[in-house]
Amino acid sequence: MSLLSIEKLTKSFGGLTAVSNVNMNIEKGELIGLIGPNGAGKTTVFNLLTGVYVPSSGSIKLNVEGSKKEISGLKPYNITKIGLARTFQNIRLFKDLTVLDNIRIAMHQNINYKLSSGLIRTNKFYAEEERLKKEAEELLDIFKLSNKKHELAKNLPYGEQRHLEIVRAMATKPVLLLLDEPAAGMNPNETVILTETIAKIRKEYNLTILLIEHDMSLVMKICERIYVLDYGTMIASGKPDEIKHNKKVIEAYLGEDV
Amino acid sequence: MKVLNKKNILTLIIILIIYAIVQVLLTNGIISSFYEITIATICINIILAVSLNLVTGFTGQFSLGHAGFMSIGAYAGALVNMEMNSNMGFLAGIAAGAVAALIVGILIGIPTLRLKGDYLAIATLGMAEIIRVLFLNMDDITNGAAGLFGIPRFTNWTWLYIFTVLTLIMIDNFIKSSQGRACISIREDEIAAESMGINTTKYKVMAFAVGAFFAGIAGALYSSYFYFINPTMFGFQKSIDILVIVVFGGLGSITGSVIAAIVLAVITTILQSYSELRMIIYALLLISIMLFRPQGLLGTKEITDFFKFGNKSAKVE
Repeated sequence: MSLLSIEKLTKSFGGLTAVSNVNMNIEKGELIGLIGPNGAGKTTVFNLLTGVYVPSSGSIKLNVEGSKKEISGLKPYNITKIGLARTFQNIRLFKDLTVLDNIRIAMHQNINYKLSSGLIRTNKFYAEEERLKKEAEELLDIFKLSNKKHELAKNLPYGEQRHLEIVRAMATKPVLLLLDEPAAGMNPNETVILTETIAKIRKEYNLTILLIEHDMSLVMKICERIYVLDYGTMIASGKPDEIKHNKKVIEAYLGEDV
Repeated sequence: MKVLNKKNILTLIIILIIYAIVQVLLTNGIISSFYEITIATICINIILAVSLNLVTGFTGQFSLGHAGFMSIGAYAGALVNMEMNSNMGFLAGIAAGAVAALIVGILIGIPTLRLKGDYLAIATLGMAEIIRVLFLNMDDITNGAAGLFGIPRFTNWTWLYIFTVLTLIMIDNFIKSSQGRACISIREDEIAAESMGINTTKYKVMAFAVGAFFAGIAGALYSSYFYFINPTMFGFQKSIDILVIVVFGGLGSITGSVIAAIVLAVITTILQSYSELRMIIYALLLISIMLFRPQGLLGTKEITDFFKFGNKSAKVE
């Protein structure tokens, strides 16, 4: 049974259909790429998956512990609780907070004390906060950010901010991770490090990843399957090699032969 | 880490020393009863400013209706206190005022906190006006425009200090808890906060309700100190006064609000003898602060942050 199945997903804004009749299937453990020219509707698909937009029609089903759950129309925070986490195309860190606080906020749903224990600081509060801090530091260790945990997020170099966004999404303990252009604006060196990181977290956390990316070297290198969107419709899907030689895809990117 | 750690014991000692100093000055008559009013104003303003700071500074929800919650606390406290003329009655009045403001805070917060920025400011302003007009017209209970007279005075320096310190500790604890961090994340980026599993509406209402609760306490203390209250005391001007303290001290700084409340009250008292120039100097001071330090006296920092050179691990615990 697939982890995520999208059927006939459609979203229109007034007269404009941003996404129409999109079908996708993601198996557990896969690393899938979603590509397409600018304005093809890739981020809209992400926003539909994460509850930022409510679909006009169609269904999104996530397989949670053996049962299929319809997630379209749920609030973003509920979808995150079910196990879907994301990063943003234009970085949306809590930039005036420290790196550690960014992670601790993402761990919010995993905290186990009530408002009252926090107000009067019971022993449970101290124990839980201690556990939270330890878990956050472990996560930062893996991404080699622990020496910067007291830095403000906005003071990190660009590449590390992108990394921190991924760590923050990981902190919500997702089963499916959505990365929206993780390599955007990175130099080739940073992209290589990022590619390694994505491969590593996938292996270590047994994660399923769906990523939007324009950097074809990254997509072709790590994605097992690729979906291609153009003008809101799915024009191709398949293995990287098939996509490279697919006529429709080449047309969408380069235009028709004269 | 347990409650009795080094930092908490040190804080406790400082709290007791400040209390003792002011108490000695009061009993020896060094602080006259005229200046005692300044101290009462400072304490009440600290509670109001810090609770508004939780809503506006930390959660980022611009509210212009804080005086509304204060008036609910003032009326509820006064009514209970006039029925039960004792220390128990005074404490019951404060509890009634705080709980009444909390309930109204939740009821008003749920619909209005869907709004953002300017729209929320206008809605909260309207809410405070509705509360004021209600008090004005409920003649049987509130005695209308004339207000309530002869409220027994139980508020003294000791009670003011106890409630101010309790408010500061509770709000500081709230901000440093997971729920408080959720509120701060809403200020930083609401869309990202929702994507990180935070029910933003719930935490906005929570901050609003906690803020209202403490404003209710401040109101009850106020009515029991100044003997009488009427609806015009809690108008738009009062909300603005509180907001000025918060902005002056820094949105997102508890100690900033404390310092601002003290500084502004002391300046007002000093300038009382130059009544013609008072508002001009006050206004000039506010303008210069906004020009030279737009983030307020302390910005989002706390005063303790300035004493922690090189000891970064102490900052986050």
